[in-house]
Amino acid sequence: MNMLRRQDLKVIAASIAGFAILNGLIESGVIGAFWQFNLIMVGINIILSVSLNLINGYTGQFSLGHAGFMAIGAYVSAILTTNFQLPFLLALVVGGIGAAILGCLIGLPTLRLSGDYLAIATLGLGEIIRITIMNIQYVGGAAGFMGIPHNTTFAWVFFVMLFTLFFIKNFVNSSHGRACIAIRENEIAAEAMGINTTKYKVMAFTIGAGFAGVAGGLFAHCFYIINPTSFTFMASFNYLIMVVMGGLGSITGSIAGAVVLTGISAALADWPEFRMIIYSLLLILLMFYRPQGLFGNVELLDAKWVKRLKGGKK
Amino acid sequence: MELLRAQGVSKLFGGLKAVADFDIYINKGELIGLIGPNGAGKTTAFNLLTGVYQATTGAIDFDGKSLLGLKPYQITQRGIARTFQNIRLFAELSVLDNVKIAYHSHVKYGVLESVFRLGRYFGEEAEIEKQAIELLKIFKLDEKKNEIAKNLPYGAQRRLEIARALAAKPKLLLLDEPAAGMNPQETKELMAMITWIRQEFGLTVLLIEHDMSLVMGICERIYVLEYGTIIAKGTPTEIKNDPDVIRAYLGGEAIS
Amino acid sequence: MEFTEQLIQQLINGISLGSIYALIALGYTMVYGIIKLINFAHGDIYMVGAYIGFFAISIAHVSVVPALIISMIVTGFLGVLVERLAYKPLRQAPRISVLITAIGVSFFLEYTSMYFVSPQPRTFPAVMESTAYHLGVFVINGQQLLIFAITVILMVLLTYIVQCTKVGKAMRAVSFDTETAQLMGIDANRIISVTFGIGSALAAAGGVLVGVYYNSIDPLMGIMPGLKAFVAAVLGGIGSLPGAMTGGIILGVVEALVSGFISSTFRDAAAFAILILVLLFKPSGLFGKNTREKV
Repeated sequence: MNMLRRQDLKVIAASIAGFAILNGLIESGVIGAFWQFNLIMVGINIILSVSLNLINGYTGQFSLGHAGFMAIGAYVSAILTTNFQLPFLLALVVGGIGAAILGCLIGLPTLRLSGDYLAIATLGLGEIIRITIMNIQYVGGAAGFMGIPHNTTFAWVFFVMLFTLFFIKNFVNSSHGRACIAIRENEIAAEAMGINTTKYKVMAFTIGAGFAGVAGGLFAHCFYIINPTSFTFMASFNYLIMVVMGGLGSITGSIAGAVVLTGISAALADWPEFRMIIYSLLLILLMFYRPQGLFGNVELLDAKWVKRLKGGKK
Repeated sequence: MELLRAQGVSKLFGGLKAVADFDIYINKGELIGLIGPNGAGKTTAFNLLTGVYQATTGAIDFDGKSLLGLKPYQITQRGIARTFQNIRLFAELSVLDNVKIAYHSHVKYGVLESVFRLGRYFGEEAEIEKQAIELLKIFKLDEKKNEIAKNLPYGAQRRLEIARALAAKPKLLLLDEPAAGMNPQETKELMAMITWIRQEFGLTVLLIEHDMSLVMGICERIYVLEYGTIIAKGTPTEIKNDPDVIRAYLGGEAIS
Repeated sequence: MEFTEQLIQQLINGISLGSIYALIALGYTMVYGIIKLINFAHGDIYMVGAYIGFFAISIAHVSVVPALIISMIVTGFLGVLVERLAYKPLRQAPRISVLITAIGVSFFLEYTSMYFVSPQPRTFPAVMESTAYHLGVFVINGQQLLIFAITVILMVLLTYIVQCTKVGKAMRAVSFDTETAQLMGIDANRIISVTFGIGSALAAAGGVLVGVYYNSIDPLMGIMPGLKAFVAAVLGGIGSLPGAMTGGIILGVVEALVSGFISSTFRDAAAFAILILVLLFKPSGLFGKNTREKV
């Protein structure tokens, strides 16, 4: 029963080595608070962009409400740790499940829509979630929910991120993942080949929402307080841009997109006015000159030039 | 032994009667043709049989059970597979992936098994790969298995569509204008291939075609549609000489 | 106030608000009808219009109507410029690319404005005395009448242009079938530019009127109204001009009623709830048509 092939083991080994190095640098203080915070944000953003990629990139469903799922996970897990003193892992899981359930409920009726209409519907639903939270006094309403324990560390984020990546990668490389990809390519043909398209669209939505919820939980426990303004459709746009910049349908792409965008955001933090102007220009230029994103729909380890490198070494 | 029977089937789009009094039957193992002028409702009939459209009236029975109210994927799982008039391949995917996807309804491993790579995952994946490549060999596409489907020449794309439909392991295969755009040589090869796969896979075949050499050459029985109704049915010889058919195609002149 | 009196008062408020939404929604629906793009930057065009009106009044010291006209003309040209620079090169690109470009343009307009005019809200100079007209117990103030009057004039003008002029006919042709329209000798690029220009001008009018009515403008003022105006366009049937007008008014009225009778914190949710209901039950909207994909 080998869960992992040799290539997977190599990747995991490299990741753990990378983690050890980064963690060491953090613990010893070489990486200061600012970059430590940003490393954590990168990890959380990777989880968000890869989970959104499952919905938008692999299944071709245009979802603009990802921040709504993140919000559910954030608030549910925060309430569980703060008010009920549940252990962190359990709170994260329940937050994720809560978001997944909502993803399923939302997915069922809206996935009859397609293209632009689905995009607007999901955007609207994300906003409804946010506005509803804003009106619930128990969770602090517009002022926010306070008192959240600072449970999120780099280690937590790293390993949850690794789990997310493997989950989604393995899903995508199975017959179920292929069913989702078929739906993206040609929904009518997919249905004609025996694929229950509704089931798989809802499944992609549910899994994507679930991981967004987990990311939300990690996000919430970085801060003492969270409020609804972190989960507007602007945030959803942010994650969408990470996915598109990296390449719809490429997990490596989503990782790259998250890293690049979080990096740009961090690097330009000293010039807040220019940050958004440069960001918006970059976006437009990217769509002009490389609309398929950095990686298109290819994975780094499958890319031709990487294979040639490896082949050359032999 | 009767495999498919459509009785009194009609399809109305608002006031437009696309298909009416559609009555056909197909016995196991037969190779049947559905012909008619453009716009006669042939693809609509296919769409009705495969659940893309729901019949307004009538009954459709397959293998003894009714197909009414079923969704297309359910009908495919019952054993009917099809190709499309305008090719509907998974254009950005490889030839091999196109075929592998069609095996989906026969896959038994669940989502958790695929994510955690337990149980049946590796075994079934290997089996799918093996069967897909064997199928591609039959259609002479195995050399091109890693090519992106949209980059294939037109004739190869049409063959791929048929290969993909076969991967779904159907009992009844519906081919919608399989010879469209083919030259006479390619058409001859297609005719041989259709008869061969019918034999080899124990299939029953219903095909729509405009190319008369193909239809007359391999079909055992033919149904003729005009303006949504069947105006003639019978063997190729009977159809060739049927005055209604001649009128429908040529507007009154006899075929010599 | 008694219930019916409250109701009618809110209706009046709602129609004013709805007129603004209608003006913005017209731009969305015209652009979507002609190139199938949800122009996320449209709300920010409205914002720019408000600022141009602001500067026209406070610096050039003109009164409301000239300011309106100046703003409409300048913003109209801005809309054309945006289309030429950002959207035209992507005509053949996949839809998501254009959508993201629109998001980029939106951010660009917002943050460039913020850089130049500061993120702080500005107070619109008082150009009209706040005369309140009393009809029995109801209060309509002068500004609401102005909004209503200007909106009606503009809508009549637009309907005239679209239905009775050559340009309007060309616009309708291009939105039906761009290729065939071109074969008939219509310069599609010019017509698309005209469409953007008119849509942006209308949004600018809305912006100036909002400045006059609510007195406060800021660089991010276009986000929510932009989104809600889009909901209005979808409600009315995207691509349909009477739909956008009707949808806008309905949305404004519903929002005013929710705000007045339920709670003002839920007013934003009302728009989105309408959106979801429309998309689930009648996605083509009140005046729209259904299109099926051919199998």
